[in-house]
Amino acid sequence: MLPLRPNNSASQSIFRNLDWFTVIIYLIMVLAGAVSIYAASYDFDQANMLSFDEFSGKQMRWIALGLVMGFVLLLIETRVYETYAYAIYAVLMVVLLATAFIAPDIKGSRSWLVLGPMSLQPAEFGKFATALALAKLFSGYNFQLNAKFGNYLKAGFIIILPIVLILMEHETGSALVYLSLFFVLYREGMSGLVLFGAAWAVVIFVVAVKFTDSLLMGVELGQFWILSIVMAIMVVMAAVYGKRRYEVPRNLLCGFTLCWLVVIVLDNIFDIEVPGLPVMLGMIGVACLYLLFETLRTHLNKLAIPVATAVLSVGFLFMVDRAFDELQPHQQMRIKVVLGIEEDLRGAGYNVNQSKIAIGSGGLLGKGFLEGTQTKLKYVPEQHTDFIFCTIGEEEGFWGTMLVEVLFLALVFRVVRIAERQPKIFGRVYAYCVASYFIFHFCINIGMVIGLCPVIGIPLPFFSYGGSSLWGFTILLFILLRIDASRKMVLSY
Amino acid sequence: MRKDYNLEKRKYVICGFLLVIAIIYGVRLFNLQLADQKYKQSADTNAFLRRTIYPSRGLIYDRNGELVVYNQPAYDVMLIPRDVQPFDTADFCNALNITREQLDKRLIDMRDKRLNPGYSSYTPQKLISQLSAQDYGRLQEKLYRFPGFFIQKRILRQYAHASAPNVVGNIREASAADIKNDEYYAPGDYTGDLGVEKSYERELRGIKGVEILIRDARGRIQGKYENGARDIAPVAGRDLKLGIDIKLQEYAESLMVGKRGAVVAIEPKTGEILCLVSSPTYDPNLLVGRQRGDNYRMLANAPDWPLYDRAIMASYPPGSTFKPTQGLIFLQENIITPETMYPCSHGYHNGGLTVGCHGHGSPLPLKPALQTSCNSYFCWGFYNMINKRSKYGRWDNAFEIWKNHLVSMGYGYKLGVDLPGEKRGFIPNAKFYDKFYGNNHWSGNTIISVAIGQGEILATPLQIANLCATIANRGWYITPHVVKEIQDTVISDEYHIKNYPTIEHHYYDIIAEGMRMAVLGGTCRSAAFPGVNVAGKTGTAQNPHGKDHSAFMGFAPYEDPQIAVCAYVENAGFGATFGVPIGSLVMEKYLNGKIDDSRKYLEERMLTTEVYYAPPKTK
Repeated sequence: MLPLRPNNSASQSIFRNLDWFTVIIYLIMVLAGAVSIYAASYDFDQANMLSFDEFSGKQMRWIALGLVMGFVLLLIETRVYETYAYAIYAVLMVVLLATAFIAPDIKGSRSWLVLGPMSLQPAEFGKFATALALAKLFSGYNFQLNAKFGNYLKAGFIIILPIVLILMEHETGSALVYLSLFFVLYREGMSGLVLFGAAWAVVIFVVAVKFTDSLLMGVELGQFWILSIVMAIMVVMAAVYGKRRYEVPRNLLCGFTLCWLVVIVLDNIFDIEVPGLPVMLGMIGVACLYLLFETLRTHLNKLAIPVATAVLSVGFLFMVDRAFDELQPHQQMRIKVVLGIEEDLRGAGYNVNQSKIAIGSGGLLGKGFLEGTQTKLKYVPEQHTDFIFCTIGEEEGFWGTMLVEVLFLALVFRVVRIAERQPKIFGRVYAYCVASYFIFHFCINIGMVIGLCPVIGIPLPFFSYGGSSLWGFTILLFILLRIDASRKMVLSY
Repeated sequence: MRKDYNLEKRKYVICGFLLVIAIIYGVRLFNLQLADQKYKQSADTNAFLRRTIYPSRGLIYDRNGELVVYNQPAYDVMLIPRDVQPFDTADFCNALNITREQLDKRLIDMRDKRLNPGYSSYTPQKLISQLSAQDYGRLQEKLYRFPGFFIQKRILRQYAHASAPNVVGNIREASAADIKNDEYYAPGDYTGDLGVEKSYERELRGIKGVEILIRDARGRIQGKYENGARDIAPVAGRDLKLGIDIKLQEYAESLMVGKRGAVVAIEPKTGEILCLVSSPTYDPNLLVGRQRGDNYRMLANAPDWPLYDRAIMASYPPGSTFKPTQGLIFLQENIITPETMYPCSHGYHNGGLTVGCHGHGSPLPLKPALQTSCNSYFCWGFYNMINKRSKYGRWDNAFEIWKNHLVSMGYGYKLGVDLPGEKRGFIPNAKFYDKFYGNNHWSGNTIISVAIGQGEILATPLQIANLCATIANRGWYITPHVVKEIQDTVISDEYHIKNYPTIEHHYYDIIAEGMRMAVLGGTCRSAAFPGVNVAGKTGTAQNPHGKDHSAFMGFAPYEDPQIAVCAYVENAGFGATFGVPIGSLVMEKYLNGKIDDSRKYLEERMLTTEVYYAPPKTK
């Protein structure tokens, strides 16, 4: 039996300490969401916003039930979450696994569990469970992420497991969301190099895939730039990690400059065709050998970091081309469309083009509530779910889209603030998990709608139509609110 | 509990990351929503189908209110390429009565930017024009099976009389140049070609209306935008009333059958053109409908150039019809008085030069000279004027004055008739002869043939008729025009103003008298018909294309002229043989409404005689 304590004094203090700012943002978001859904699915025949036949009516029902759920969650002792974190995680993982096998195939995805009259997406509920499990792991006695490598494995396992299970359901977008939890690891001590490396890998990927056409010194333009930047990074890293041994970056810089001068002179004055790729790789290789020599000589192990960076970067660069060919054609297409290499307005680019048209036609103040033509006439696909931002952009204009951005920024900044004021690691880690999910959803959803990210079908939290997503995020947020509200009671334990 | 403040600072990295992304998205949204206008247009073309509603084109009536040109509906098959989904081509071709190959060819032509510069997959494109009512009916039933296709109702012209194609003109599809020059036109629109259809295009076409329909992503029409509040109703074109008497026009055309040339009749008091015949002519209904292209090519390649409006475009030597202008100029310049007599011994003999003439009394004054069409008289007059150094100094000054008088009478420049393509004829100036003969190497005698309307002088039949109208009015004319009234507006001022040539009007009385004498007992006796006093002047013009051109100009009644006519028949010989009968029959028909029995033989001969003439040297 759950230790519910509907005891007056306790619940009063819960509501006194509740972070009402977050609650208000939450309420604004869900209501704005319901209104947008009404607008997005509004037909020219008169419709009733609260009718259960309409998406908006159904969403209102989800919201009402969500509020009840949130209220109940607020009454549950924080201790319960801490105690049962792993159990909850285990149950959800089993459900995710089961879903992959028993769920019906809907458009190639097996992620919907049909429970009588309603369908739920367990992937949405896996988020809070994973967050709880991660928080539990970090709050373990004397747990230090950097203390031993095994801790990384444990944290990694908790994050990777739901990803694997959801990938088995063919729901790539939802699976990728869990990658955002590496933000939490970063906050808890993981080296920034990992995130830097990830960002750098994305840059390499984009540049290498996008700029394959023109040649510079016989090298593809993309490769040329990546290799040049690698050289620059080596110099900078040597300066940073060289602990005031400035002769190392100086030597590197002079060496590179000299080589370039020779290459330019040969190429331009003597008209000798320099084989660009071997020369550049050779320069990086020599630089690496030099740095390794310095590492051994000075016993400064960190000087190996630029070497590793260079080797990994170059390796990744040459892997990208191969890997890109391995992707499925429609995935290649999506990536190419986003990178602006291909314009396929009837195929993969159709959604993005139409959503850009819808948003772009909104102007400053928008066309007005229910006055949008693009969304109403169904030019934008999935307009009440993943593309709900279009309706806001078209009907409410730049002000509307900016308001949504500000709401999300306020929510995430508030959650981070809540995280940092937690006296216990459990609360802090859980809060960062919440923030990470929101960051990821915000970046990917809006990014795809305005054509800056590939189309990865994930909802805009609290706005997109759908009970699973709404309840998933509501549970996520209200558990955090409960943990936060009881932070001052910690001492009483 | 230990707090790691170094790690806590990482919250700034995380929040900063989000902030940077949010700013990037904000900039992107700024560009999409505020800076770039193209998305608004795309949204409009997405959601709104602007369907043109074509106004009914103005009708054309003749001077008696008889309907000449009217409208008939036609149906174009249109499509919006990006909305077209795969369809049953066999079924489609069946409905339209075309073959698969024809359909494919049309589709390829439609996409060809050279043939169809306005092509866009977002806008309606014409696939097949001018369906018959049956094909339309058959397709209409099946149209729901072919998404992206629709039928556009259009207006075609119908001509009540197989007559006056050069006056009424016709309509054709607007060309790429039309569309570029006038933003009114969209690809597939019609515009006037030739005749008043072209010159009064702006009045006739009206204003197109627009119907704004809302269209969803599947191309289904969801209704009218704002219930049609933003629709624009079309404004019908204005009707025209012509000065042309269509019965007279048809009669004159029938007289010209088998002959090349022109007949122009003008109501002198108003300048309204009563008939404007160019022969050979053709049925304007040939240039209607889907056969227009083939028929147009056929007409363009026909040996007698039926598309060439001889009445206003052909520059003919006016021959003796020019002599009244000479009499007027000599009188005005005091070279002669009405009593001045010049000798004629079967011609003009001066300084070794001879211009032949026929037998009549000699010497003779101006009026008998006009009556008998004496070449010698006008040659002497011209010689005396050009060489009158006491008055003009050099002969080129004299010649310039002579030329300016002619210009004031409407020669040498376009008269400004309200039809496209009018030509200016030709009246040389002194510089022309300086260039031709060399400075000081010409004099009155060198160019003596211009005095009798030969040599370099060229005039259009319209200019000759206008001269006749000026004489009929005894000294003024109104610029000839074919449109008498425009519905709900007024015709241009220039068609009301009296133009006065630089000749005092009382001199015209003398000329008119001479022309009256020519009918009573001179060169054009056969121009007389019962009940009306006629005045006239024949012309027999030598030309480089073979037999002489036969010309006549005349007006009637002599006392109160109601019609002035010019008949010009190419290569038909003496003016009296074809020009006079045709011109006088036209006047008689117009004034008396019928041809007197005594002249039936003349009418019969004109209706049945074909003139065989030398083929044109060049095309």
